[in-house]
Amino acid sequence: MSLTKRDWQSITLSAVLLAVAACLPLTGDAYMLSIGITIAMYAVLATSWALFSGPTHYISLATAAFFGLGTYTTAIGIENGLNYWVTLPIAAILGAVLAALVGLATLRLSGVYFVIFTLGLAELVRQVVTWGQNVSGQKGLYVLTDITEVHIYWQLLVLAGIVYLTGWAIGRSRLGFALRIIGDDEEVARHSGINTSRAKILLFMVSGATAAVVGSMLAPRYIYIEPALAFTPMLSFLVVIMALLGGTGRLWGPLVGVIPFTLLWEAISASFPNQTTLLLGLSFLVIVYLLPRGFVGLIESSKRKLREREAFA
Amino acid sequence: MTTGATVLSLRGATKRFGGLVAVNDMDFDVTEHEVLGLIGPNGSGKSTTLNLISGALKPTEGTISLRGTPISHLSAADIARRGIARTFQLVRLLPSMTVLENVRAGAVFGHRRRWGAEADAHALRMLSLVGLDRRANAHVGELTYIDTKRVELARVLASEPKVLLLDEWLAGLNPTELEEGIALIKRLRDEGRTIILVEHVMDAIRSLCDRCVVMSTGTKIAEGTPEQVLSDPEVIRAYLGDDDA
Ligand SMILES: Nc1ncnc2c1ncn2[C@@H]1O[C@H](COP(=O)(O)OP(=O)(O)OP(=O)(O)O)[C@@H](O)[C@H]1O
Ligand SMILES: [Mg+2]
Repeated sequence: MSLTKRDWQSITLSAVLLAVAACLPLTGDAYMLSIGITIAMYAVLATSWALFSGPTHYISLATAAFFGLGTYTTAIGIENGLNYWVTLPIAAILGAVLAALVGLATLRLSGVYFVIFTLGLAELVRQVVTWGQNVSGQKGLYVLTDITEVHIYWQLLVLAGIVYLTGWAIGRSRLGFALRIIGDDEEVARHSGINTSRAKILLFMVSGATAAVVGSMLAPRYIYIEPALAFTPMLSFLVVIMALLGGTGRLWGPLVGVIPFTLLWEAISASFPNQTTLLLGLSFLVIVYLLPRGFVGLIESSKRKLREREAFA
Repeated sequence: MTTGATVLSLRGATKRFGGLVAVNDMDFDVTEHEVLGLIGPNGSGKSTTLNLISGALKPTEGTISLRGTPISHLSAADIARRGIARTFQLVRLLPSMTVLENVRAGAVFGHRRRWGAEADAHALRMLSLVGLDRRANAHVGELTYIDTKRVELARVLASEPKVLLLDEWLAGLNPTELEEGIALIKRLRDEGRTIILVEHVMDAIRSLCDRCVVMSTGTKIAEGTPEQVLSDPEVIRAYLGDDDA
């Protein structure tokens, strides 16, 4: 497979953007850095969510389950003397295994069962962890490392780079083509010789492993973690909303949703801390009704209109 | 042309939907390079039989074998990879893709798997075979009805199947299109392909089929050359409805 000139252009542009983003800590502004971490975190989560949900149209609400799994893997690992860096690949593997189990159990079923099951899963894992902690007599776990906010931010950027490269490679692969066919017509996919369950499970594993690693990377930031924090369902919903706002039709789509929404959400939760759930629901409705294909859809249809106008002129 | 090796055989293939027996104890063989017509009145179980062969449905009883190897327990994907490809009675295309991408789906994942430039070149060859190479970059939403059927046929051919299942591929075409359609399938036949043709159009059955299997309410009621079965009193009764009723 050879890379075209356009491929090189997109790769160079992405690398430059990442490098610029990596300079943010140089401003020395702690508030900017904290927002930068939040944006980087949601960018990775929403992009990897869309890798799976974009082509298949399966809405997963399990992000918090994978994220929390990663957070707890790192917390428990460090408590038991493991090096922080060792806990990241362990979290990735556990996330992938959990995703494979969920996939095997649900992806043969229709989309509706999948949504409900994934929402229930995050809650189930949270209850199990809470129960485990009650048995052992702890409420939460301390995550004490010498990892600073700047380190977390850079780690997330590296992970973002990996996710974009992975997504780009999948898009050019047989697997990516298989998923587009599945998204269009699963019956045709099966009759063309595609093992549809395997393709969906593989992608869900990529998505689950990524979310688990994000959880791991964020663990040192929280210092003290408890189930209600690590497994908050709010996280799953925010990821879905941001990805849909940006649009799942393109790899860069979710990012276009993440940046404005994170800034908006920052302002909303500061001004109305008690109405966040209500406002979350409202934004969901607004996005689904007004921007069903997200910013990506908006950009592409205006590009098309522009072209048509030029053609007539 | 019926002396070749047996490619596909059904033995006691049965499909029940609750109390309804849609396919009842079907036995027949398809030999290499043969065009077998599967005919019968509406609701007699033709599509269900194709669904059993392609793996869309699992038989309740009986076995289906491809060159002597049972395939009836396999998934539709595995059966497609072993070389059985089908069109659908209601055309199914991939709506978000171009004509070429639709056909590439067959070239990439089917019986003979290709990738990259090789898959594209092969998909284009299949498009010119069905006379649609000039619309390769069109969106499938812009196509006329017969052209959607052509795309589906090209997708199926792109996988280089050993057995081709066509479910009323000629239905719904106007007289000119029908002529083109029959000529196209005749070309496939002359290439020596093995085909099961589910069809209602009598002209097509007469001119295309080596042999016919006739179904009525799930059961095989006749088998033979088109002339034989179409003059069989029981077949005529099945098509015209029971006189005694
Ligand atoms: N999935 C299903 N569930 C229940 N009944 C079904 C199903 N598929 C088919 N049937 C029934 O099985 C019988 C045979 O249907 P089938 O579609 O195989 O007929 P056909 O010969 O293809 O008819 P046509 O010429 O109208 O296409 C019909 O009575 C139909 O209602
Ligand atoms: Mg039918």
